[in-house]
This record gives sequence, C-alpha cells and structure tokens, in this order.
Amino acid sequence: MERIIQAKTVVAGNVDGITLVSNEPLSFWGGYDWKTGEIIDRRHSLSGQIAAQRILCIPFARGSSTTTAVLLEAIRNKTAPAAIITTETDFFFALASVVADVLYQTPIPLFAIAQSDFDALASELFILIQDGKIHIKA
Amino acid sequence: MNQLHLNQEDQAMLNGEQGPAVQMAMQILVRMAEIANAAELIDIAGAHIDSTVYIGEAGLEYAEKLASLGAKVKVPTSLNVSGMDEHHWQEWAVPREWAEKAHRQMVAYQSMGTIPMWTCAPYQTDMRPKFGQQIAWGESNAISFANSVIGARTERYPDLFDICCAITGRAPAIGLHLTENRAGKILFTLKDIPLEVQQSEEFYPILGHLLGKIALDQIPVIDGIQFMPDEDRLKALCAAAASSGVVALIHIVGVTPEAPTLSAAFQGHAPAQFFDVSMPTLRQARRELTQAEGEELDMVVLGSPHFSIAEYKQLSALVKGKEKHTSVKFLVTSSRIMTEAAKRFGFLEDIQRFGAQVTLDTCILTTPMLPAEIKRLMTNSAKFAYYSPGLLNREVTFGNLIDCVNSAVAGKVIRDETIWKE
Repeated sequence: MERIIQAKTVVAGNVDGITLVSNEPLSFWGGYDWKTGEIIDRRHSLSGQIAAQRILCIPFARGSSTTTAVLLEAIRNKTAPAAIITTETDFFFALASVVADVLYQTPIPLFAIAQSDFDALASELFILIQDGKIHIKA
Repeated sequence: MNQLHLNQEDQAMLNGEQGPAVQMAMQILVRMAEIANAAELIDIAGAHIDSTVYIGEAGLEYAEKLASLGAKVKVPTSLNVSGMDEHHWQEWAVPREWAEKAHRQMVAYQSMGTIPMWTCAPYQTDMRPKFGQQIAWGESNAISFANSVIGARTERYPDLFDICCAITGRAPAIGLHLTENRAGKILFTLKDIPLEVQQSEEFYPILGHLLGKIALDQIPVIDGIQFMPDEDRLKALCAAAASSGVVALIHIVGVTPEAPTLSAAFQGHAPAQFFDVSMPTLRQARRELTQAEGEELDMVVLGSPHFSIAEYKQLSALVKGKEKHTSVKFLVTSSRIMTEAAKRFGFLEDIQRFGAQVTLDTCILTTPMLPAEIKRLMTNSAKFAYYSPGLLNREVTFGNLIDCVNSAVAGKVIRDETIWKE
C-alpha cells in the first residue's frame, strides 16, 4: 500500500527518511540543539526527540527570529532534519536552506502540504519525496 | 502566483554591477521574494540586524563573507544584541573561544557602516522608526513593537535576511508591509479583569504569553483595556507574545495607532475568531511562566527586552537603601545608551549599591555567561521565563519587579499573590 501526497515545493530536492511529526509549531532558537539535533523546547510535544536526518513535519516556525540562524548551523553541522514539511511556506526555514545553498551548496529540501494532508501524517513513517510528491509506505 | 518584478536598479544589483556583496545579498533577497510570492521589492527607510547574535560557525562565516566582499548598508541600520558584553565578558563564565568568535561577528557587522547600539530595544533609542515607515527589522520583540506600538511596517524577518535588506535598501512587498495584511484576525476581549490586575506590572507579560499561545500567527486585537499602559508595559506584551507565538503585530483598541476603534483594528471585517480573556485564563498563563518549584533562588535576571531609562528609574526607587542577600546574584541587562543615561541620572548608583550587576550589549540568552552553580532564576520578563528552561537548562520563576527585589533581599522566592487569589 502506498499513499501519495502532492506537496508544494519550497526548496527542491529528492529525499527519503523517517517522519517526526507534531502539530505544534517550533522555535529552533531555544527549541533545537544544533550540536546534537535534539528538540529541547521542554514545553513542546517533541521534546527530547532527535530530529537530525529525520523528515521533520511541523506546521511552521514559532517565535524567535533566530530560528533561521540555528537551522543554518545545524545544516553546516549535519545535524539538521533531512527535510522539513510544513503546512504553509515557512520563510524562516526557507531562508536557512537558501543561505546554506549560497554558502555551502547544501540546501535542505522543504515542502508545504495542505492541512488535511498534514493531519493524516504520523511519526515513524518511512516516506520518499520525489519531484514534489510524498510517497508514504504503509 | 505572482511573477516577481524587478526594477532596473534591482536588476543591476543582481547582475553584480554594485559589487559582489550587493550581488550576494540581492541573490538571497530575490530567491526569498520568489518563495514568499512577492510581486515586487520596495524601498526601506531603515533596518535592524538580528544576525549579530552569535550562534556558531555558519553565522560567523556568513557575516565575514559579506564583510570580506565589502558589504555596506544603504539605509540607517541599528545592530541587535551580540554574543558578548564587549568590555565586561571576563567578569562572567564566557569561554574565551566563544568571546573571540562572537567578537569577530561584532566586528564584521560593524564594518558594514551600521550603528553599533547592540540592543534588542532599538525602538527606545533615536533609531526609532516613524508611523507608516517601511523598514526591515529582525529580532522578534522589536518587530512586534515596531509594528504594534509605532505603526511602522516590517515583516517578521529572520536573522541573515535583515542584513540583505540593509545592504540593498530593499525588501519584498509581502506580509505586514502591505495594508491589507495588517487587519486583526482574533478578538481578545477582557472579561471581568479587575482594574488592579490591569494596572499591575505583570498583567502585560502574562497577557502577551496568553496571546501568543492562542493567536500563533494570526493578528490579535485586544479590547476592553481600561488603563492606559506605558511603553515598557507594551514592550513586555510584545516580547511575550512574540516568544510564545509568532505574533508580529498586536492591535489594542484605543491604545495602538492602527486601532483607534474596534472596527479600524479589523479594517471593517468581522473577527475570524473570538477569545475571552478571563481571570482563570490569566492565572493559567501566569502558572505556565513558572516552571521552577519551591523557594530556592540563585539569581534574579531583568532586562529582556533591554532595560529602558524608565525601568532603571523604577528599579532604583525600589532598591534604594536596601541590600540583596549575599547568596543571590542580581543582574540587569541593557544597552550602553540606556545605562549611560541611568548613570547620569544617578539611578545606577542605587542599583549597584544594592549589589546588582549590569551586563551590556547582550543578555543571558545570547551569551553563555551564567556560571554552572546558578540553577534557579527569577525574572519579570516573560521572554526570559519562556526561553530559559530550553536554552539555558535553568529553572525559572516568573514574578513582578517588586517580587524580584523582595526575593533578592530575602534570598528566596517571594511572590505577592494578592491580585491572583481565586
């Protein structure tokens, strides 16, 4: 069984990995330890989870304008998520990916999907993203 | 879907005709404007740079790359807090390697023709923007204050982008730059909130925390304020809402410039959502800001956003003739400008005699200054309270300024619960 979700590509790239999903937005500043990839916002439902190399699915970036800088450090340090899926185009995440492209030629793929598709996502799913289509293996 | 239109000068900048730094900034600006679906770029009157905050190697490499390409800002540009107190970092636990790198980042941004104020409250200096001005600001509290209290117009710009706007003098025509996107969405109505609560200092940071959590990225409108807040209360509100949520613009009916009436705040539209602010919801928000248990206290931290001259004055009156307990540290973070003024007016002397220390240019969240033995903090700042557990791994108690002073004197947490009793 395979389900396919059509995503809007914010920053292009083909990627696969295991999902890590929350319906709560997250500030990377104070919420993401770029040295380890751990989610450290102790009020957040993903607190204690390692998001490095995962497909992180959160609605958008909350709070501090330093979120972008933290994500850029994580990309450079190879502790960033493999890709991020949001419910709307997230400017903060997109900028980190664009700057990582300019500085290191290592953007991370970013996608936005409809709220109803997002609500149907769950953690620990293996997904493959190709040409803006998200393939979910059941 | 908009097709991004670039004018002749934008195109020249993109083509490298104004040098490689402008070209790099414009490349990032154009890619982001396309991602954000902007129709065009607009001129800005000023910028505030949050990219100054030292996080790690990548941010430093970015700053030094721009600097080495000869980047210069095109508009008056203030600098946010940095990763260190340039002249007093050695009094604290800041590692030398951190200080050296944070300082390189300061030097890089200073080399671009910016104004090195090193403050997260630029709106309380002479770099304060004017009503209606288009600006490109970073730093979530400053963005929220500029939009809400002043009525200047900035989108919620992240670190690394603010400097691209400053170098090109342009910003994408998106979000809060545009009138139609500044209308309120959620109506927060104060329901039976006693005047003594509305007048209390902690009402605004608590309300801000609640607002951010409920509104997330929707524009909140507050109705029912009976007591005209001063600017530092609004500052606390904006900082709190920008920490717990994504709030970059708050309208307060009868208080903020774009909300003379309820209808004006919503630009004539009906609210999409309603929320009643009651005493139980405020009590809950107040509880959430305190995550420490018990009375133990190691340090009081004030000044997020940076202390203003009025806050220095208020604190000096509260601590005059008192001395803090020897087991508790007491820290105020502020800008050089405000602290120099506090010194001239004699406020600083009372505060230092009380046993308080002052840190400039930065704050506890942006420099690793706290010694390991400091485990339990107390603050009147909802922003400090929100971020300290995750960023600093410290326990925190939220209280008002008087609570903070009384606790520092007693050597343990004391909070006046009178107005919060059920």
